[in-house]
Amino acid sequence: MTKFTYTEKKDTRSGFGAGLAELGRTNPNVVALCADLIGSLKMNAFMDENPDRFFQVGIAEANMMGIAAGMTIGGKIPFTGTFANFSTSRVYDQIRQSIAYSEKNVKICASHAGLTLGEDGATHQVLEDIGMMKMLPNMTVINPCDFNQTKAATIAIAEHEGPVYLRFGRPAVPIFTPADQKFEIGKALKLIEGSDVTIFATGHLVWEAIEAEARLAEAGINAEVINIHTIKPLDTDAILESVAKTGCVVTAEEHQMNGGLGDSVAQTLALNHPAPIEMVAVNDSFGESGKPAELMTKYGIDADHIVKAVNKVMTRK
Amino acid sequence: MSKPTTQELERIASQVRRDIVRMVHAVSSGHPGGSLGCTDFLVALYFKVMDRKDSFDPDGRNEDMFFLSNGHISPVWYSVLARSGYFEVSELSTFRKLNTRLQGHPATEEGLPGIRVASGSLGQGLSVACGAAQVKKLNGENNLVYALLGDGELEEGQIWEAAMYAAHHKIDNLIATVDYNGQQIDGPTDEVMSLGDLRAKWEAFGWTVIESNGNNMEEVVAKLEEAKSLSGQGKPILNLMTTEMGFGVDFMVGTHKWHGVAPNDEQLADALGQLEETLGDY
Repeated sequence: MTKFTYTEKKDTRSGFGAGLAELGRTNPNVVALCADLIGSLKMNAFMDENPDRFFQVGIAEANMMGIAAGMTIGGKIPFTGTFANFSTSRVYDQIRQSIAYSEKNVKICASHAGLTLGEDGATHQVLEDIGMMKMLPNMTVINPCDFNQTKAATIAIAEHEGPVYLRFGRPAVPIFTPADQKFEIGKALKLIEGSDVTIFATGHLVWEAIEAEARLAEAGINAEVINIHTIKPLDTDAILESVAKTGCVVTAEEHQMNGGLGDSVAQTLALNHPAPIEMVAVNDSFGESGKPAELMTKYGIDADHIVKAVNKVMTRK
Repeated sequence: MSKPTTQELERIASQVRRDIVRMVHAVSSGHPGGSLGCTDFLVALYFKVMDRKDSFDPDGRNEDMFFLSNGHISPVWYSVLARSGYFEVSELSTFRKLNTRLQGHPATEEGLPGIRVASGSLGQGLSVACGAAQVKKLNGENNLVYALLGDGELEEGQIWEAAMYAAHHKIDNLIATVDYNGQQIDGPTDEVMSLGDLRAKWEAFGWTVIESNGNNMEEVVAKLEEAKSLSGQGKPILNLMTTEMGFGVDFMVGTHKWHGVAPNDEQLADALGQLEETLGDY
C-alpha cells in the first residue's frame, strides 16, 4: 500500500510564486526579474507587493542574466523568472561567464521544464537543462517534486550563497510533501524504505515512483524510493548507503538520459559501488505537442515504465 | 589627495603604455592594440574622474564603479588598477602565467582587487552595469556606474537589449563609453560588419550621446566630466569615444593587425623607446 496520499493537485510553479511572495515579505534583499512571463511564472504577488524590487526585462533573456549578475553587486539576491528553455540553453554563455564563473548570487528560476508543459511542443520542452546546468562549476541544481517542496526550496535558496538553478513545471501534480517542511539543499529524502531495489527520482517523477512502488509491492517487490531533489551537489552518501542494501537501481526523471539525474547516479555507482542500473528518461529525442500524461507515456517516463525498469534491473542483480 | 593635472595624467598614461607592451611581450600573447587606444580613458577615469575608495570593495558601496565589457583589453585595466594601488605593481609580471590572478581575460575567481565580474565573451558588460546601477538607486546611493564597450562588440545583440532596457528604466546613473576605433580582429569594422550611424542609433534607443576624442587627455577628462553633469536627467549617457588602436606606439597605430599580437624583442625595444618611463617599470 502506498504510504503517500494526496487530496489536492497544484502546479509546482505556483509553489515558486508562493515562496517568492513570502521572500518578498521577509527578505528585503530579494529582487525579482522577469522576461515577459509574469503570469506564467506566478510572480504577480511579489510584483504587486514589491514594485520597487521587481524588474520587467521584456523578451530579452540574455540581458536578464547579465542584469541579475550586476544586481548581486551591492548585496541584492536576484531571482530570474522565465521558461526553463529560455533560462538555460538560450542564455548559457551569459550564465557561464557572468554568473557561474563570476560566482554571482543569482537564483535562476525556471518553469515549464520538460515534456509536461504539453501542447506548446518541443521548442519549449527543454529536456537538456539539468545536464547543461550541472556541468557548470559553482552551480547548484534543484528539481523539487510538488507545490510544497517547490515553495520550501524557493525560500531555502535565498539563504544559500551562490548561483542556483531551480527547475519546476506547469502541470498540476499531487501535493504529498508537508507544507511546513524545511528544505535542505543537497539532502536526499528517503520516502519509502525498501530492500530489493532503489528508485531514485526527481521532480514530477517522484510521484510516479511512489505509484510504481505500490504496484511493485503488490507483486512482492520491496522497492526503496528516494527523492533526489538536488541533482548537484548530489547526495552520494545517501545513494551509496541505499545501493549497499538493495544492490540495484532505477533512476527516473523528466529529462534526457544523457546528462540527467541517471547520468549522475551512474557516475557515482561506477566510481564507488558498481551495480546494475536502469534509467527512466527521454532517450535522445525531442518532445512534441500533446497532453502531459500522453507525452509521459509515449516518451517512457511514467509509473508503468518505472515498474518495467525495476523488473528488468532485478534480473541483472 | 589632490587630483592630478592633465600633464600628470599623461605621464601616468605613458607608464601604463609601457606596462602594456611589456606585459604582452613577456608572454607573447594578449591584446596590445585596444589596450593602448583606451589607456588615456582608463587613466582619466581611475586617477581623476571616478569617485572611488582607495581599497577594493567588491560591492562598491558608496563609490563609483567601472565595468570592462571588452575584457580582452585586460592589460590596460590591470596596469591602471595596479598603478591606482589596488594591488602591487610587481604582480603585472604574472599576467597570463599559470596560477596568476591576472587571467588572460578579467576574472573574479582568483580574487584580483578591482574586478567585480568576468568578461571576455563579448556583449555582456552593459547588462551587468545596468543591474549594478539600478541597485545603486535601490540602495539610495548617488554614485555612478561606468562601462567600456568595444565598437566591434556592438555587433552582439545583447548590447542592444541592454540599451533598450537602460532607456526604458531610466538608468540615468550609467555612463557607457564606446571605444570607437573602427577595427576588429578580421579587419576594419566597415568591412567586417558596418556599424552605421552610431550616434543616431544610440539616440534612437533613448540615450544622451556625447562624442569625444579618446586620445587627447584634456578632452577625455572634459568629456567625462560633461557626461557626469548629464547624469540624473532620466536618460543613460553614451560617450562615443574615437580612439586609434595602438595609440602611442607608431608601428601599432590604426591597424587591426595589433589587436591580439604581441611584439617581439626588437619591436618591444622600439615601442619602449617611444614611451617615457615615468613611474618606474614593474
